[in-house]
Amino acid sequence: MGTLFPVAAVLAALVVGAVMLLLLGASPGEGFAAMIDGAFGGPRELADTVNKAVPLLLVGVGITIAFRANVINIGGEGQIVLGALTATALALALPDWPAVVLLPLGLAAGLVGGAVWGAVPGALKAYFGVNEILSTIMLNIVAVQGMNYLLRGPMIDPAEIESGSRIPQTMRLPPATDLPVLVPDTRLNLGAVIAVVAAVVVYVFLWRTTYGYRIRAVGLNPFASRYAGIDVKRSTVVALTLSGALCGLAGAILVFGSESHRMVTDGSTTGFTGSAGFNGIVAALFGGLHPIGTIPASFLFGALLVGANRLQRVTQVPSALVIALNGLVVVFVVSSAIWKRRLEQRAQLEAVQTGDQAAQTSLPGDVAPAAADPPGRDSGTDDG
Amino acid sequence: MAETLPGTGGRGHGLDLAMRGIVKRFPGVLANDHVDFDVRRGEIHTLLGENGAGKSTLMKILYGLYRPDAGEIRIDGEPVQIDSPRRAIELGIGMIHQHFMLVPTLTVAENVALGLASPKGPLLDLAPVARRIEELSEAYGLRVDPGAMVWQLSVGEQQRVEIIKALYRDAELLALDEPTAVLTPQEVEDLFVTLRAMAAEGHSLIFISHKLHEVLDISDRITVLRNGRLVGTVSSADATKAGLARMMVGREVVLEQVRAPVEVGPPRLEIFDVRARGDRGTEAVRGVSLQVRAGEILAIAGVSGNGQRELAEVVAGLREATGGRVLIDGSDVTGADPGQRRALGLAYIPEERMRDGAIGQFTVAENLMLHDFDRPPFARHGFLDFAEIERHCRRLVADFDVKTPSLDTTMKSLSGGNIQKAILARELSANPKVLVASQPTRGVDIGATEYIHRRLLDQRARGTATLLISEDLDEILALADRIAVMYEGEVMDVVDRADADVGRLGLLMAGVRDSGT
Ligand SMILES: Nc1ncnc2c1ncn2[C@@H]1O[C@H](COP(=O)(O)OP(=O)(O)O)[C@@H](O)[C@H]1O
Ligand SMILES: [Mg+2]
Repeated sequence: MGTLFPVAAVLAALVVGAVMLLLLGASPGEGFAAMIDGAFGGPRELADTVNKAVPLLLVGVGITIAFRANVINIGGEGQIVLGALTATALALALPDWPAVVLLPLGLAAGLVGGAVWGAVPGALKAYFGVNEILSTIMLNIVAVQGMNYLLRGPMIDPAEIESGSRIPQTMRLPPATDLPVLVPDTRLNLGAVIAVVAAVVVYVFLWRTTYGYRIRAVGLNPFASRYAGIDVKRSTVVALTLSGALCGLAGAILVFGSESHRMVTDGSTTGFTGSAGFNGIVAALFGGLHPIGTIPASFLFGALLVGANRLQRVTQVPSALVIALNGLVVVFVVSSAIWKRRLEQRAQLEAVQTGDQAAQTSLPGDVAPAAADPPGRDSGTDDG
Repeated sequence: MAETLPGTGGRGHGLDLAMRGIVKRFPGVLANDHVDFDVRRGEIHTLLGENGAGKSTLMKILYGLYRPDAGEIRIDGEPVQIDSPRRAIELGIGMIHQHFMLVPTLTVAENVALGLASPKGPLLDLAPVARRIEELSEAYGLRVDPGAMVWQLSVGEQQRVEIIKALYRDAELLALDEPTAVLTPQEVEDLFVTLRAMAAEGHSLIFISHKLHEVLDISDRITVLRNGRLVGTVSSADATKAGLARMMVGREVVLEQVRAPVEVGPPRLEIFDVRARGDRGTEAVRGVSLQVRAGEILAIAGVSGNGQRELAEVVAGLREATGGRVLIDGSDVTGADPGQRRALGLAYIPEERMRDGAIGQFTVAENLMLHDFDRPPFARHGFLDFAEIERHCRRLVADFDVKTPSLDTTMKSLSGGNIQKAILARELSANPKVLVASQPTRGVDIGATEYIHRRLLDQRARGTATLLISEDLDEILALADRIAVMYEGEVMDVVDRADADVGRLGLLMAGVRDSGT
């Protein structure tokens, strides 16, 4: 039953979307046909969908590592920006290096930049108890403002100053950093392969290595982990660092795989990332917080985003509708996750059936009607 | 609601109950399978069975919390439909649940009056309630102050309030679901005095427990359930512990393990003047000194909450000592982390096993590997070697008789007894020098308890120094070589098993030091 929830969430979002299209005087049938055509209509459309999915997948897989350690990383946006900045700076600094060296080095720089932006909130949480949701959101703002400053000033393309147009963008990066195109006449590039490999690597990491075991153990039960001799704080930092690294890699790929082969911003908070740092979280939830499940989930979201562009062009609905539709899917997916939890809790609650008089007592916590229960009485007994 | 304030104890005492062919099905379980059960006027009738046998289910049916799928309930010969607790109360049935149903922020009198209509309308006049409570306390030996706030009361006192609440509602048949699980030996004695007084007045009583000596002590008749089915009803006078255990488990059970004499070796665990704070910041362990030698089981007896748990956590390295020293096998480990202590030969069976001892959503195999997952041969260069892990876990599961569908089953889906056996397997597989076992059989069924006791005695024979913390005096008397009683964070006394008797231990547990000797 669990796997049906995300599907139902998407269907629900589409139904609401259809109603909104009707209200705007457009035909839902025509609209959805345009979406499907835009996302899957031909090799080029498919390639665009995949390219859109790549950063979602990398972010989603990164988020999965953090969530598995019970750390909520909302900092994908900032980590993408940092990764993109470090990768760009490295590429600009070494313009004459050959592709075999510069491309991997540039991607690695992206990893490092994102990792630093993940390690900071990780350390703040582990050693100073700073809530990671707050700190990652703050660091998003810092990263975006830093980017806007750098792209308008120190890193701006000198040609923009000469021409006086002053668009906040860097020079074209050395061609050595262009991600090779995989299928001629499309924009499908090496980024897709990197992202899928990353997802598989993270799967192996989480379930086949001692490091992954530690991260999952700490996420599920820090008490037992501590007793088992696992350094809980360090695992928290490691998880957020790796999470940030994958987001940073997404940033590097966004730049190296872009059409203009440079880093560009429009000055808005999500202008560079296209909200991949947030949409990736949804893809991860949608994929069941499993790296492999996140692959199709990201593809689906990529399709939704690309298809929505076509929808807008064909039906001439305001672009706000597309954003709203996207938001709807997010809301439905997240609430389906909550629903699922609720249902599970209710099942548990029924298992400890309390009955009529229980209305007099409040139920502390999720399950135990333990108003008069001394502490520690309810651990792992058969009885309830 | 029919009653008005204050309750008057109107009709005559006692009723005859007959439950016939009761069937209750839950998804996947037949909790009651054609159960017949009856209680006579003035009788104390015990319902006995392992965890999950269906005792609570039968009682919830009687109290109108569950509807039976089949079967009939008769009271004084008349068939009745009990579709709600309200109806059960009208019929004169009272129930003391395993979890109390009191409002902590109200007084005793307010709790007793709660839910009853007041003759003065919405304004509650508690004076007559308090008077009646005092009458009832007097008549049945239920000491409690009507004006006290419930949150201030001990567990035993709260239970007395529940009983008073039922009597106030004119209960003629009272069912108590595992009432002694939360009581000290002295409180159990007090409760039994009350129950006998009620039975003498003609009340009908249903008592639920799985502590055999209590059952034999208090009951007139005993009905045994196993896997939802009625095994039989016997008169207490004809019953023996061994016979009842066999009825409960369905096979021969060794209740008292043989404690072969063991040569005691050098001290393995030494605790000097240890102090530690509890979770609320108050001093929970106040200068405890103990020594446990190789081949010895030292038990700590005491009512829960007197610092035993904190002491165990200090030894395990999960709680900081604010004073004193802890030595394992001669090495000072006072500041060491759990991993370092383990390396010196410590093993720990934690009281809160699902919190400190296991990861519920991890598989059985992952839990068995919790300490060794990153050591060869189970891991090489950071990669887990699943073939080795599986081989090792298969052996542990077989050796320690852990009943699990597979190694990939999540830990939380096992029964309490099997979870505990899995933890035991992990902790004992390294043949520890020092073992700290906190409440190792709490909530565990008789079969698993028997097994765990045998394992602890095996370890003793192999030279492990065991610190056993238990609230179950039977367990302590069955296993321990020496017994330390803790009260309010201090050790009251340490007595040899040979010199120990329940009465003396009970007094020490209540904080009364010997004056006679
Ligand atoms: N509300 C419920 N939903 C599903 N199963 C239940 C419920 N209550 C009890 N059971 C199951 O019925 C069986 C009998 O439980 P219970 O009557 O609580 O046993 P006992 O009180 O003898 O320990 C157990 O297998 C238990 O898991
Ligand atoms: Mg029960």
